[in-house]
Formats: sequence, structure tokens, C-alpha cells
Amino acid sequence: MLSTLQFLQPWEPSLAIQLLCALAVGLYIMGLVEGRRSGHREGFWKPFAFLLGVTLMYFVTQTQYDYLSQHMFFIHRIQHLVLHHMGPFLIALSAPAAVLGRGVPDSLRRHTGFLRPLLLPARTAYRILQQPVIATVLFVGLIFFWLTPSIHFDAMLSAQRYALMNWSMAVDGLLFWWLILNRAPDGITPQLSYGRRILILAVIMPPQSVLGAYIALSKQDLFDVYAVCGRAWPVSPIVDQQIGGLVTWIPASMMSVVAAVILLGFMFREHRVHRSTPRPAHSPSNPLSSTTSV
Amino acid sequence: MTPQHRRILISIGLCLLLAACGDGIDWQTKGIAGLMPPLHFTLTEDSGKPVQAQDFHGHITLMYFGYTHCPDICPTTLAKLKAAITRLPESAAQNVRVLFVTVDPKRDGLERLRAYTAAFGPQFVGLRGSDAELTQLTKRYRITYGYGKPDASGDYEVSHSSAVFVFDRSGKARLMVRDSDGVDALAADLELLESKA
Repeated sequence: MLSTLQFLQPWEPSLAIQLLCALAVGLYIMGLVEGRRSGHREGFWKPFAFLLGVTLMYFVTQTQYDYLSQHMFFIHRIQHLVLHHMGPFLIALSAPAAVLGRGVPDSLRRHTGFLRPLLLPARTAYRILQQPVIATVLFVGLIFFWLTPSIHFDAMLSAQRYALMNWSMAVDGLLFWWLILNRAPDGITPQLSYGRRILILAVIMPPQSVLGAYIALSKQDLFDVYAVCGRAWPVSPIVDQQIGGLVTWIPASMMSVVAAVILLGFMFREHRVHRSTPRPAHSPSNPLSSTTSV
Repeated sequence: MTPQHRRILISIGLCLLLAACGDGIDWQTKGIAGLMPPLHFTLTEDSGKPVQAQDFHGHITLMYFGYTHCPDICPTTLAKLKAAITRLPESAAQNVRVLFVTVDPKRDGLERLRAYTAAFGPQFVGLRGSDAELTQLTKRYRITYGYGKPDASGDYEVSHSSAVFVFDRSGKARLMVRDSDGVDALAADLELLESKA
């Protein structure tokens, strides 16, 4: 049996993932310290959600958990649930942009001028990806794409395609949940009304449920790559597939419900604030005027 | 061009790029060119001699992971490989090597391994490695194996990959033969590989 310490060793070390996670956590903690000095307190839950989200995403890709994901279908499905749904959801929920921004050292900030030419193309690409229809299609489309049996087979054989699959899920998850849970009044993320956000959450639910149910209820082994390459421990292919289908079906669609409840909470809170404070003169930067109109 | 159109075009381009990685040959078994890395290992041959992948360059090499106590899948797979090889022209058949890598080195000593592989033909070679050598090789080809609980007499089951990997004469990974691929398909593909690559 592996000891805990051995289990936490990466199966396939990825410098990119390790650096990115270290950078995210490092900047965030520096931002918290800096914020404390300047009177911006974050409380407990936001840092908790952010750090938990990053930790989960690191855990499923940079420990021996990744080995199990490569050799057991249902563990692979949980890996994608974390990479595409839970991890990014927690990170976006914590709205970390301000804290991360405060975490950038001033000395570094002065030397970012060379990045300016990249800003416009990056912003354009971001705006395209965050167009609501594109973001919705991309979110559901990626799940279907990587679960197409022939594509899934090759992705599990090739180290490069496997990495591409996991990166695409993680990046798309971050984009999607950032769009859905965004509360910053300014910035380049489109400000969708709460009604539209809930509509998107409702739209992504049925396709995920249908796909998950199809996999869970299928009588034949759809993803034979696990039999071909060997399972991590002896389990019948159909049982593995049934659990994997259930993971794709129920928790994945439940995330839509959880997100919708949270959005309703945001909405009511803003409504109360809106009613209890005298309405300021209308200004375009007023978040309430742009977000509560459905 | 609207952003939507651009997005669709980019997606189509990416799909084409993914599809273009193969070798363009319409194999009857599964083509894996570009998906898996070239043959590379350091193991011990059943004769006791240390061997490396380079020693098999110049041969069409088939690699299979199994164990000699295997009740069904290993012997049937090896018999299938033998049947396909026998169908090749004489010179081609002689140039094929089948590497049987044991995933149960504890029970499979070199002598036992040699007796087992020799029963299938002169092209069959048993290979055995240390835990580290074996892990390195199985990880490289993204396969795994595991051991079941020993019964009263100390026998245990071993779960292992059912795939046969086929490498061309320069050691490039070209084909994957699955349980569902029959002798005809394998023989046809081996002949094609022998003549083309």
C-alpha cells in the first residue's frame, strides 16, 4: 500500500501546473496580507473557497490520483468533475481578482509594460470565448467531445492528448464559472443579467444528464481503453462505466442547481441593498442598474 | 466574419490537426502512429542477457504484457500472434519478434519464462525486469497491472493490459492489437507493415 506521502507525489509531474498553482496561491496569500494592511478584509469563506478550489485541481492532476484517473473510468469522471466544475466553481465564487491584483508586488507591476501589445488580442479572444452562446456551447461541447468513444480512446493512449484534454477542461471550467459568478461591476467579463445566467445554467443541465444517463445505462462497454490498458484494480467494466455515468449525470447537473441558488442569493441581497439605500443618480458604473434588470 | 464563424473555423482546424497525426494508412487493427512513443526499455532476456530496445531494431516487434500463470487471455493472445505470423511469407515471418514482458516477475523466473515462450516459436522472447524497470515501461505505454488476493495455495490473479503493441523496424509505435482484432486483420496489417514501412 502507498503511504500518504507517496500518494501525494506526482504521477506525471507537470511544471506548468505546479508553477501555476504555486503562483496562484502565492499571489493570493500576498494579496491577503497586503489587504489586511490596507483595511480590505476578506473574511474566512472566500479565501477558503479559493484555496480549496486550487488544492482540489492540483490534487487530481499532480498526485497518484492522476494514475488512478488514467486507469479507471469513474475516477477519470471525478477528475473532470473537479477540473471542469467544482474547482473552477469554488475559485470563481471566491471572486479572487482584487486579492490577486493586490498580491502583485509593486516592483513587478512597474515592469509589465512589455505585455501591453498582447493586451488587445488577449482581450478580444477573451471576449469571444465569454460570449454567452459560445461559452455555453463550449462548456457542454467539450464534455461531449472528450467522451466520444474514439476520441476518448486516443486521449487515454497519448500523453500529449491526455494533457490537452485536462487543460482544456480546466481552462474552460474557469472561463465558464467566472462568467456565471462574476460580480465585479467593471472589468472585461460580460455583465450578464442574473436571469440570463440562470437560463444558461438551465440549458447546460439536460445535455449533461442525457449523456450521463446514456453512459450509466448502456449495456455495452463504451470506453474499452480501460480494459485494453488495464484497470487499476479488478472491477467489471460495466460497473466502472455505471458509476462513471452517474458521476457525469448527477453531481455535474447538481452544480447548475447550486449555482442558481447562489445567484438568487446574490440577487436578493442586491435587491435589499438597493431598496434600503437611497437610489444614487444613475451612473453606468452602478452595478445594480446593470445586473438586476432581467 | 463574425466571431462565431471564426470560432467554428478554429474548432474545425483543431479537429483536422488532431486527425492528421496518424500515418494515413487504413489499418484493420488500431493505428497508433503519433499517439505513443517509440520502443524504449532496459530488461533481462529469458536467456539471462540484459537487453535494450535497440537490440530489436531492424525487426517488426510485437510487445505484450502478461504472466505465465495466466489461465486464458495470455495463451490465446500468444496463439493468435503465432497464427498471424505463420501466415506471413517465410522471410517476413522470421524477421518478426514477439516480446512477452512478464508483469509477475516474482513467480516468473527466467527459466520458467523461457520454457513458456519457447513453446510458441523461435520468434517469441520472454522479458523480465525489476519493479522500477517494469514500471517505467508500463508507464511509457500508459498501461497498468495489479495483483489479486492470494488463495489458500498462494496463487493469485493478475490484472493486466490486453493490448499488443506493434513497432516497425525503426522502433516507432505503429499498431495496437486488441482482443477484438482477429488473426486475419493482424496478419494483413503485419504484411502491410512489413512491405510498406
